[in-house]
Amino acid sequence: MGLTAGYVSRRVLLFLVVVWAAASINFAVPRLAPGDPTAAIVARLESQGGRVENAKALIEAYREKFGLDKPILLQYGLYLSTLPNFDLGYSISFFPTTVTGLIAKHLPWTVGLLLTTLFFSFAIGSILGALMVWPRSAGALKVVAPFTMVMAAIPYYLMALLLLWGLAFTFSIFPIFGAKAIGSELTGFARFGEILYFSTLPALSIVISSIGLWAVTMRGIMVSTLGEDFLTLAEAKGLKGPRIFIWYGMRNAMLPQVTGLAIAIGQVMAGSVIVEVLFSYPGVGHLLFEAIRTNDYPVIQGITFLLVVSAAGAVLIMDLLYPRLDPRISYSAK
Amino acid sequence: MFGLIRRILFRSWPMTAGVAIIGAFLVGGWLGPVILGHDKIELGAGDFASEASGEHWLGTDTFGRDIFVFSFHALLPTLTIGVIAGGAATGAGVVLGLISGYIRGPIDTVIRTMSDIAMTIPSLAVLIVIAAYVRATSIEMMALVVAIFAWPWATRVIRAQTLTLREKAFVTVSKLSGEGELEIAFKQIFPNLLPYVMSAFAGTVNTGILAAVGLQILGLGPVDTPSLGLMLDESFRAGALIRGLWWWWLPPTVLLAFLFIGVFLLTVGLDEIANPRLQAAKGKAVVE
Repeated sequence: MGLTAGYVSRRVLLFLVVVWAAASINFAVPRLAPGDPTAAIVARLESQGGRVENAKALIEAYREKFGLDKPILLQYGLYLSTLPNFDLGYSISFFPTTVTGLIAKHLPWTVGLLLTTLFFSFAIGSILGALMVWPRSAGALKVVAPFTMVMAAIPYYLMALLLLWGLAFTFSIFPIFGAKAIGSELTGFARFGEILYFSTLPALSIVISSIGLWAVTMRGIMVSTLGEDFLTLAEAKGLKGPRIFIWYGMRNAMLPQVTGLAIAIGQVMAGSVIVEVLFSYPGVGHLLFEAIRTNDYPVIQGITFLLVVSAAGAVLIMDLLYPRLDPRISYSAK
Repeated sequence: MFGLIRRILFRSWPMTAGVAIIGAFLVGGWLGPVILGHDKIELGAGDFASEASGEHWLGTDTFGRDIFVFSFHALLPTLTIGVIAGGAATGAGVVLGLISGYIRGPIDTVIRTMSDIAMTIPSLAVLIVIAAYVRATSIEMMALVVAIFAWPWATRVIRAQTLTLREKAFVTVSKLSGEGELEIAFKQIFPNLLPYVMSAFAGTVNTGILAAVGLQILGLGPVDTPSLGLMLDESFRAGALIRGLWWWWLPPTVLLAFLFIGVFLLTVGLDEIANPRLQAAKGKAVVE
């Protein structure tokens, strides 16, 4: 019953394979371009009219770090051995800064935005989806059902643009971009309020377009839960409607829904990149965009590596938690 | 034949609405450029960044191009990206899913593990790295890059369905009459999968356009062919958001939103045909 050594090791192995695959793509893609990767990067920057300060020092640091004159397999081994410490090299645009340092500066913004939006969309969407098929809920909810489904089809970034137009341009309720007013030097609680104010639109665009997704899946699960005998029994016992809904209906329907959460974390992280760009929100996504614009390849690779590791990590954690959440499922060998 | 088409079209509202939206995009994308011509989307053809007027119905961008006309020119290339990406991904999904689901054994384990891995990786992240190095110069190239991460889903759908079909009596009959493994998979099982293939195709077209427009917004798309994603990319580069030139980015946004809704409704409609359980839930007759 529950977790077996075989199950855990298979899951951990899958996680490691995913991370290894992503790291290998990160290693291989720049080297598919002909020539020395670092020299190619610097040459490209200079051909675009940008002058790289410390270009010599940068190339030297890289040559020494990755031993670029060594055979390719040895390079690959060295590259893989630096990854467990999250040693991702140096940024080109801000040379002495390491990629890890840059990411650490922007990460809290993204994590804050994602956790809040994920929580709200998951909670609202699940309850809404369950209410949609609950026989005793108001008729108005059944009219809402197709509407939420359609909203689910619109991707985050388009929702962000539509909200920008509606709430920031037409009615100037929310700011258009950034994370603080120009020249603002608020601290403490006032600054916290300001962050909330500036984060509302990016968060809202993610929440609105993902509520539908949660509602649609929850609706499907709830339909089959409704047919279960224990609901009829609860009803026959004369329990109150809300109690049946929450403790007998929702509680059982939540389990499959929670699995979806793990996959969603990866998708939301990737999707939020574009939302951050549109709102100039100072998170990792925006950093990634700046890195693409300035051809700061180490930063691009570092961030995508981080995205892959966190998505795979979320799936791993959920896989390990799930047998605890649902004791009916046994993961012993087939 | 027409009776069948009519029955499929009007069997549910998502199907009808989806076909209507996609149909409107196809007709508009085909007739629009023919009727409106090319003159108004040349660089410097009109005033720069002007608001809507009788001359330019939706205004112009900072290059002096008419946004109304440009939008029509952008429709078909945008759909093309989706169709090529969806076609490639579904094609790969059908072959891999059939082999994996029918032949089973070690090859099934390999294909299943590969698609599990590809599904775990947040595709947009890896696509960004690939697109940043291999700057896609044409929409066909763009579509193929995007297809790299659209196949696992199609593979999974086809495999699951193949697994149930291989237990059916007609497969046993084919085996007894001496047909080869691959022959049974592609000649006997494949035709029965067609509704699922259609639904997987619509789904992968959706993922394809979603990823392609995402990359284009980040400035990683092809710039030679007009497309809705390119309009967004160019307007952001020109600072249209901050400068308040909403008439530049709003039309492609609204059009894309309708396109996504259309493809989504089509997927829902096709799913209802493919999935008998959904049909039973509605208590309707099964379309032959």
